[in-house]
Amino acid sequence: MNSAPLANFAHRHAAHCESGSVANLLTHYGCPLSEPMAFGLAGGLSFAYLNFIRIQEMPLIAYRVPPRGIVKGVGKALGIPFHVERFRSPLAGTARLDALLDQGQVVGLQTSVFWLPYFPEDMRFHFNAHNLVVYGREGDEYLISDPVFEHPVRCPRADLERARFAKGMLAPKGLLYYPQAPAQGAPVMQNGGGATPQNITRSIRRVARNMLAPVPVVGTSGMRWLARRIARLDPKAAASSRLIGHIVRMQEEIGTGGGGFRFLYAAFLQEAAESCDSPQLAEFSARLLDIGDEWRAFALAAARMVKGRDAFDPSAIAGLLSAQADREAIFFRDLRSALA
Amino acid sequence: MDISEVPQEGNATLAGLRKAVYARNAENRIVSVASAGWEVEEIVTQQAADIFSAYTTAAHARVLKGESSPLEYWMYARRMDLATFAQSSGIWRWRIRRHFQPALFARLSPEMLDRYADALGISRQTLCQLP
Repeated sequence: MNSAPLANFAHRHAAHCESGSVANLLTHYGCPLSEPMAFGLAGGLSFAYLNFIRIQEMPLIAYRVPPRGIVKGVGKALGIPFHVERFRSPLAGTARLDALLDQGQVVGLQTSVFWLPYFPEDMRFHFNAHNLVVYGREGDEYLISDPVFEHPVRCPRADLERARFAKGMLAPKGLLYYPQAPAQGAPVMQNGGGATPQNITRSIRRVARNMLAPVPVVGTSGMRWLARRIARLDPKAAASSRLIGHIVRMQEEIGTGGGGFRFLYAAFLQEAAESCDSPQLAEFSARLLDIGDEWRAFALAAARMVKGRDAFDPSAIAGLLSAQADREAIFFRDLRSALA
Repeated sequence: MDISEVPQEGNATLAGLRKAVYARNAENRIVSVASAGWEVEEIVTQQAADIFSAYTTAAHARVLKGESSPLEYWMYARRMDLATFAQSSGIWRWRIRRHFQPALFARLSPEMLDRYADALGISRQTLCQLP
């Protein structure tokens, strides 16, 4: 049986799975939102180096907030809470998804990447916090808008169930979500979607505060800590090159829009400048774009060493990274005082 | 990054997939652009995939020499390390490690084999042999 009314879903290609899914879902439900705006409103930008959390032998390094942070953050900023469900049994999870689709609902899901057959082989790792949108079903195939793909894709029922109920770290437990109708008189309804200058500046202030937090593992101090760790690496050990490669992967490979989300956040600042009518924010957007270029240069230098084109030089890599920490510290300090 | 600087050099690990990146266009607007790939990404993705290939090949050789069971081979072939495998099968690490011994693996019950096979997404027959 096909799901009754085949929802007309506008798929948009996005840099990042979670901000893309949320932006596309909210747009579908009548609150037009771009990916950068979703990412920025949720205060998605960050940096974290958590050496004590190991994922497949590598420390956790993130250029953004933890998974689910964007869904929650956007919901909070716009006053549109997301309805969230988790399931104990795959059977119940699939039945509920089918029921929602039959009602014509479009639903966001958290899944593993490894079990999705439409992903290229070399990208299928056991990462459990991927996000996608299901907008219909035809027989035993789901119609999926996976934001990191250019076009909608299809996925057989058994595979999607497997991906939704993958176990291990960040296990999705069948998690599905869709926006609830906003409260009457909420600002979203008044201006037909989008964000108010107040909640835009509030989210920017939060990011600036987190990036400058006096905690060693996050923000610019996290970068400096990681730089010190890199400086101590043994240039001859295979594990050293692996760590450097891992950092670049987290920055560039896993759907960040380039430069570890810095370009995406610069796009948000540009949109925010228009919403808030603030030429100052537009200047910050241009500055962050330059900082993103420096991140690309860092990635290039690191990859050349991984590949053996340049001699492996941990102190050079560490130097580039701490220079980035300095640039971002100045940037976010200026940004914070501009909004004070 | 300007649109003209968005890498379009291709990336074998993406298998033709294009990724969205953000870059500045001629009107100074930062927009989403499809990128065919950057060699930097290809290098680091390949590095991560190669690590698992190396583990898989080494395990394959150990199984042939009778030093390990096909369970270890399949764990790496399905891109899991021991921690991930223990979490997804719900079986303790030390028990899995014991089952890497060929003699113990040969005596496993069909139910136990099914639990492993299920966590790896392969059939029981496949689990018990090398490809």
